[in-house]
Amino acid sequence: MSCERWSEWLDLYVDESCTPQEMAAIEEHLRTCNACAAEALGRLQMKRATRAAAARYAPAPDFKLSPEFFAQMGKSAPRQRKPFWQVGWAQGLVAGALAFVLILAVSVSAWTRHFAREQAVAELLDLHVATLASANPVDVVSSDRHTVKPWFQGKLPFAFNLPDVQNSPFKLLGGKLVYLNHSPGAQLLFEIRKHQISVFILQDRSEAGVSATRQKGFGVETWSEGGLRYTIVGDTGPAEVRALGELLRAAGQP
Amino acid sequence: MPLFVSLYNFAYWLAQDRAAAEDLVQETYMKALKGFSSFQQGTNFRAWMYRILRNTFLTTQSGLKAFVSLDGDEPPEAGTELETRATPESLLLARIEQQAIQSALERLPVHFREIVLLCDLEEMSYREIAQTLDLPMGTVMSRLSRARRALRALLTETGEGAAQ
Repeated sequence: MSCERWSEWLDLYVDESCTPQEMAAIEEHLRTCNACAAEALGRLQMKRATRAAAARYAPAPDFKLSPEFFAQMGKSAPRQRKPFWQVGWAQGLVAGALAFVLILAVSVSAWTRHFAREQAVAELLDLHVATLASANPVDVVSSDRHTVKPWFQGKLPFAFNLPDVQNSPFKLLGGKLVYLNHSPGAQLLFEIRKHQISVFILQDRSEAGVSATRQKGFGVETWSEGGLRYTIVGDTGPAEVRALGELLRAAGQP
Repeated sequence: MPLFVSLYNFAYWLAQDRAAAEDLVQETYMKALKGFSSFQQGTNFRAWMYRILRNTFLTTQSGLKAFVSLDGDEPPEAGTELETRATPESLLLARIEQQAIQSALERLPVHFREIVLLCDLEEMSYREIAQTLDLPMGTVMSRLSRARRALRALLTETGEGAAQ
């Protein structure tokens, strides 16, 4: 089969390890070959899922490098008669370096948080698409919020409020349990004019205002409230996503 | 300490044991410190550290056992035949939880597990992986491809088992 030749290139494509010319040739082929496009998407999803699953082990809080290591490190450092930071001209330099390190640390931390948030949104997008492709998209099938909400009792280490959507264009279809970064969360499925929208509710310590974006044609709105992060993903217009967000935020108010 | 958390994660995946992973990380930093003069400025520090860790693991008993069955890179592994269905992932990912991938990674032979981790988790380029594992680029690509096929085969197995 002619596609066998392309199959070898798909790993290079998903690992972004080909030249721009090769990349263009592969993309050209993917536009015309459904089988290879599906294969590439599958490999990309697999890579992303592996990355999430493999970041598994963190050092125990009491695990530190041995004192011997630090003693060795001290020995290998060049000896000086007077500590560097006590030399007059060096003080300014040290202060500058410290400020630079601090700014760098803050930027890296902000970038890391931003990257983690982007990663999480990408994962949720995948979960939403996978849900729509599934023959059984939800585990609790009901349009009654008093059936859907209690179903999560005992399954989640937190509780949330669901809005009454009777007098809105939205219809609740049901919900299911999802996992993101080893933590359980709720996925709720709503429908509006044949479009399905997912609402993900997960634990989150960061507090941030509402942010709305559009990714790969999907409207995404996310906000944090009371230690929970809400993320709405749907292929409807931004107005519908915002309207559903407002219903949920109103339901969350005491 | 640079790379502390990611080296520990990698060490745990290799050794599959907390105490062994901690020993590996300790030893890696000690060796790196002692051998820092051999590190060539301008070359890849991360690949150098991972290489020390991996070589340290290779000299342990479990490392020797894990790699003893790796006889060359060409003979195909059992159960790693190319999956003939178009995309098992697209069917499986909907129902496979993270645990299934973790369990499949655990069951993957170490020489496959490490290359998947370096590429997919650490996002190393093929060149960095080649430096870390001391392999030619061509072998990196072929081994990675076979490792991913093996991982997919294990996941398909798990998925089919769960569906029964």
